[in-house]
Amino acid sequence: MSKIKPEDLDRIGKDIKRTMLLREGSCRIKIIVHMGTCGIAAGARNVMKALTEEIEKADAGDVQLTISSCAGLCSHEPMITIEQKDQPAVKYVDLNADKAREIFSGHVLGGKIMSEYALAAGSERTL
Amino acid sequence: MPHITNVMICTCTNCISNNALDIRDALESEIKKRELEDDVLVVPTGASGLCVNGPILIVQPEGIFYQHLKTEDIPNLVEEHFLKGRPVKDLMYVPPGEEGPIPELRSIPFFKDQRLIALRNRGLIDPDSIDEYIARDGYKALAKVVTSMKPQAVIKEISDSGLRGRGGAGFPTGRKWESRRKDPRTPKYVVCNADEGDPGAFMDRSIVEADPHSVIEGMAIGAFAVGASSGYVYLRMEYPLAVKRMQSSIEKAREYGLLGKDIFGSGFDFDLQIFKGAGAFVCGETTALVASIEGKIPEPRQRPPRTTLWNKPVVINNVETWANVPVIINWGADWFSQIGTETSKGTKVFSLAGNINNAGLVEVPMGITLREIVHNIGGGIPKNKQFKAVQTGGPSGGFIPASLLDLPVDYEQLDEAGSMMGSGGMVVMDENTCMVEMAKYFVAFTNDESCGKCTSCREGSLALLQILRRICEGQGKEGDIELLEELAEAIKDASQCGLGQSLPNPVLSSLKHFKEEYQEHVQNKRCPAGVCKALISFSIDKDKCTGCTLCARKCPQGAISGVAKEPHEIDAANCIKCGVCVDVCKFEAVSVT
Repeated sequence: MSKIKPEDLDRIGKDIKRTMLLREGSCRIKIIVHMGTCGIAAGARNVMKALTEEIEKADAGDVQLTISSCAGLCSHEPMITIEQKDQPAVKYVDLNADKAREIFSGHVLGGKIMSEYALAAGSERTL
Repeated sequence: MPHITNVMICTCTNCISNNALDIRDALESEIKKRELEDDVLVVPTGASGLCVNGPILIVQPEGIFYQHLKTEDIPNLVEEHFLKGRPVKDLMYVPPGEEGPIPELRSIPFFKDQRLIALRNRGLIDPDSIDEYIARDGYKALAKVVTSMKPQAVIKEISDSGLRGRGGAGFPTGRKWESRRKDPRTPKYVVCNADEGDPGAFMDRSIVEADPHSVIEGMAIGAFAVGASSGYVYLRMEYPLAVKRMQSSIEKAREYGLLGKDIFGSGFDFDLQIFKGAGAFVCGETTALVASIEGKIPEPRQRPPRTTLWNKPVVINNVETWANVPVIINWGADWFSQIGTETSKGTKVFSLAGNINNAGLVEVPMGITLREIVHNIGGGIPKNKQFKAVQTGGPSGGFIPASLLDLPVDYEQLDEAGSMMGSGGMVVMDENTCMVEMAKYFVAFTNDESCGKCTSCREGSLALLQILRRICEGQGKEGDIELLEELAEAIKDASQCGLGQSLPNPVLSSLKHFKEEYQEHVQNKRCPAGVCKALISFSIDKDKCTGCTLCARKCPQGAISGVAKEPHEIDAANCIKCGVCVDVCKFEAVSVT
């Protein structure tokens, strides 16, 4: 490695900035892929893979992708939930990789709820 | 492609001694077995802070906190959390006295009231990865100072921030740097004092283990400001992991050209090496530390003249002070000086130890009260016992009683209370602590560690110790308390260095706040806390004893006799006062008087 210049600090930082944001737990929008046994059996892994690729492609450092368990609606898996601050969470059902990509560009990047794939807005109350 | 989950495993010395490395291996092999290696990344980090609950895992981005892990917990954890997305409640933190766990780190009281500056990267980066340090704005401050600032401007920024030495004495850092900058002699040196030796203190070790580059960057900035081109990190050999991480970090910084010649193409040269101390407590004293680096016997010497290294100017700052420097440069003196009190700016790292639920490492803004540290962050005293005192400043500090718990943490206020900020050791004591015995413990420590150069310190500490011993053994004489006071003042006056001048503090502060406890020992031959063996006896309350026979079975001397379901008795002649019967009795029937 040759000596680094001040501008190299940003380059080095940028490469792992997303990992750092992930560790800090700070994000604009959160995508939860439901990865219960039912979800995995119905193809949640492909959905996950598609979303990871899309995030990578869009260089969307402010999007957090995480997993959760079965959401209780096993017959409509794979499912994802999209959460954004001060907005009701949106659940999308019966997904595949292509639909996930569409939702990513429409909802996550475009801010538009894709009602054709959405189940409902809002989540159950816990406790 | 980045992983979607980062598992931060604490690999500080504490957690490693609790098998953190085995847990890391188990995690990695289980993740591989489940084919999750593209999704889940295991990252070793420095101390997370809640050391007593180690080994610890923090799962990001959710921020789930797992504690007290064992290797056998790992397969289930990986399957449940990483495969099925169901965090495992049984392994989470449960606050003292409550039943439900708190899953997220940011909601745990221990963490949420802290403010991290020196420990800004703890739990977030792999200390062995320079890239991760850089991604968290690392080396930006160094780039800024060497390419765009004059040394005077750097010193002004540090002076304006109000940063004071975190090693204990609290000398203004900017003023120290300015005096060395003006010194015409060359070459100049910068030194990091990491010779941490106070009982119960582990702040410096944790900073070096968690974030070595923060110290290296701070030192390079200091070197630029004063005009030094080389430096030493004085680390003790008892800290092998800190030495290893510092060494590899120095090497990586060299590879990147962040140490060495012409840093950032600015013409500024600076390099750094580790000096391993052999572990004498006195080496933490500035003049003894330089003597040690020079290869001489580490004995303190009179100041002034100002401390030098090989007769050349040297800036010596503590680990935590150096770690603060890059943040002040990046965020500005105004920002920093808004945190804290009138005279004490910024934050302070403390290691909480003793009778406290959340023993560990905390960083808090100056001005926070001791009550908040002990009760909110520290989670209070175990077993619902009463708080008695907190000892700050190590063997040079003093005891602060419950009546002063609302004291704000600040250099001056702690001094006034008869203690001191010190380097940050904070030992909490409950109602079952004898203050005379504690004073004896600290004096025994300094007596052992005295370098022996000054008679007042060498012999004075021994004389103090002998008086304290006889008081604890019930041989205290009329006039002993006055003698302790007189002797303590004489040692303070006649000793040359900080060790001797401050060694009587535990005696004086315990006399100031707990004099009646001394009087009870001397006049009535009683130890009110029930600790000093010569002054206590054990007996069983016949009304409370149910005759469960537990104490009789546990007594190592067989000194307890009695028939089942009948009150038992202790044979005083045979009793060694070990206290096992008190600990095991479920009916509080054993009393100590």
